[in-house]
Amino acid sequence: MARPFKETLNSGKFVVTSEVGPPKGTDLEKMIHHIDLLKDKVDALNVTDNQSSVMRFPSLGTVLLIKEHGGEPILQMTCRDRNCLALQADLLLAYTRGIRNVLCLTGDSITVGDHKDAKAVFDLDSVQLLHMVRTMESGKDLGGNDLQGAVEFCVGATVTPEANPIEPQLIKFEKKVEAGAEFFQTQAVYDLDNFKKFMEYARGLDKNIKILAGIVLLAGAKMARHMNENVPGIFVPQDLIDELAGAEKGKALQKGIEIAGRLIRQIKEEAICDGVHIMAIGREEVVPDILEAAGF
Amino acid sequence: MIVAERKPLEAIKQMIAEYKKILVVGCGTCVTVCWAGGEKEVAVLSSQLRLASRKDGNELVTSEATIERQCERELVEGLKDEVKRVEAVLSLGCGAGVQTIAEIFQEIPVYPALNTKFVGMPQGEGVWVETCAACGDCFLDKTGGICPIVRCAKGLLNGPCGGTNNGKCEVDPEKDCAWTLIYQRLKAQGRLDLMRKYYPRRNFQAVTRPGKIEALQA
Amino acid sequence: MNTEGAFLPDIVAFCCAHSAYPAADSAGYLRIPYPENIRVIRVPCAGRVDVLHILKAFEKGADGILVLGCHEEACRHISGNIRAKSRVQKANTLLEESGIDGERVEMLTLAQNQGPKFAQIASEMNERIKGLGPSPVKPRV
Repeated sequence: MARPFKETLNSGKFVVTSEVGPPKGTDLEKMIHHIDLLKDKVDALNVTDNQSSVMRFPSLGTVLLIKEHGGEPILQMTCRDRNCLALQADLLLAYTRGIRNVLCLTGDSITVGDHKDAKAVFDLDSVQLLHMVRTMESGKDLGGNDLQGAVEFCVGATVTPEANPIEPQLIKFEKKVEAGAEFFQTQAVYDLDNFKKFMEYARGLDKNIKILAGIVLLAGAKMARHMNENVPGIFVPQDLIDELAGAEKGKALQKGIEIAGRLIRQIKEEAICDGVHIMAIGREEVVPDILEAAGF
Repeated sequence: MIVAERKPLEAIKQMIAEYKKILVVGCGTCVTVCWAGGEKEVAVLSSQLRLASRKDGNELVTSEATIERQCERELVEGLKDEVKRVEAVLSLGCGAGVQTIAEIFQEIPVYPALNTKFVGMPQGEGVWVETCAACGDCFLDKTGGICPIVRCAKGLLNGPCGGTNNGKCEVDPEKDCAWTLIYQRLKAQGRLDLMRKYYPRRNFQAVTRPGKIEALQA
Repeated sequence: MNTEGAFLPDIVAFCCAHSAYPAADSAGYLRIPYPENIRVIRVPCAGRVDVLHILKAFEKGADGILVLGCHEEACRHISGNIRAKSRVQKANTLLEESGIDGERVEMLTLAQNQGPKFAQIASEMNERIKGLGPSPVKPRV
């Protein structure tokens, strides 16, 4: 059985998490393969929740699978698809099945996904979702009614250290800390000097908050440029793009793995933050290679 | 004001395809201002429908009328005589206008020529933007006068989200991130403490649909 | 239709009093021939022409319409010619929606001493409309 994530977070070790993305359908073979591949190599595995507003097998179902297979899951919950009744009900189920870790997100807009005319719920936002979990832990639901049976979770949220302008993002970060977030997984970081400034500010706010730097695997220069143009809050510096572009033909992914490994190693050696969250989006197969490149 | 847009001509044609004689009614208030359903638009649409009808080998007859506000019973009742002479009414009012006409003249089919879009204001010549969600629980005191319900694509009360991108919204790079605007406005007014506060979830039933208010004038 | 049964387009030319109308006039006294089936209507400025004038002209049986005004910077009413251009564009859209070829309407610019140009514009429009045929929405007699 895997070590509870909360324990790992507080143990002082350099935390490594990664994620699996469920399939669009009921053929779970590939995802189960990724779960088995990674469950013992990382401290916890996130499961995305209809990521990018694309309808998929639910994260709640997948975290149960991870638990069955002996891994330590983190349930990602967004506010886009479920109202506060459904969100609370899902947490009741999750708790009874041994799920203890939740990452609270607002969720991408409907329009970026594949059901562009669907209704966006957003009954809550991420801060209100964090409050919701803490309210449930106090024995009540959001309607003020008593809960029969307690819940307790290790709750996290996200932050974008390279947002521009940064101040509104930091105001939001503070609200999430006040709402009870115990850990944060950041959006992808590449500029470690900038990230160090963010960490100084975060430590000043609350030194007990655990921050895991987001590491997104770059499969090539084209992907890096695409992300710069299309994904908010991600800035891949030109020198990394050049490095990727300069790789031998067919070796761009290898270069990306090298870069990811290098970033992780530097973060660990300089103790910049408490760990990393590796996002290999669709390339979960190579996460072990990234870990190796990082010296683990 | 209410902002609406005319439906595509093809859709309107299909609605009134079976009729030979219709009344086209405009509204002199909101839809006149946003160039969707005023007297001019009634004249243009009527002409287009006659031309299109003739192209199909028919001779649609249209009468035209524009009243000051289609959402007022007394003003709509004034259409009584024209309505008697036609087979159907095509309203260029907002949804409220169409329904008022339909309720007063229940014996005759009433069709909407417009799609009512939102409550908003002009942003430039020919450009109108949504600014109010009619949510029934106004939040503008907390955001320096910028509505997050409608101008934030996700309607967040504790924004911004992670999709904010150099002051623009991830949903549409032409749209401003409302929470970046709110931050800038409150900062300029020295009231960022309002943004630092935690706002609990909205009362989504502040206006139960259909909404109703009963009031006595002061 | 002319007496031999060939299609003779009914073309309305809205002519600005400061440019196209005097140009049409000068084509006349310079004896530069232009099609006699062009109806010249004098307007104080091309900007006076409304979308409704164009639509109703088709309802009444026009096969083609010209809106003729001053060159870009030369409008006596500052920007009437610019407005005319965008109104004609709008009219094109409305006509296409109604099933009428937008090519049947055009806005062009010229100066008051361009009699030959007026004649050329009129002839070219005449040929274009002959090619397109009678308007599909002529009133039935």
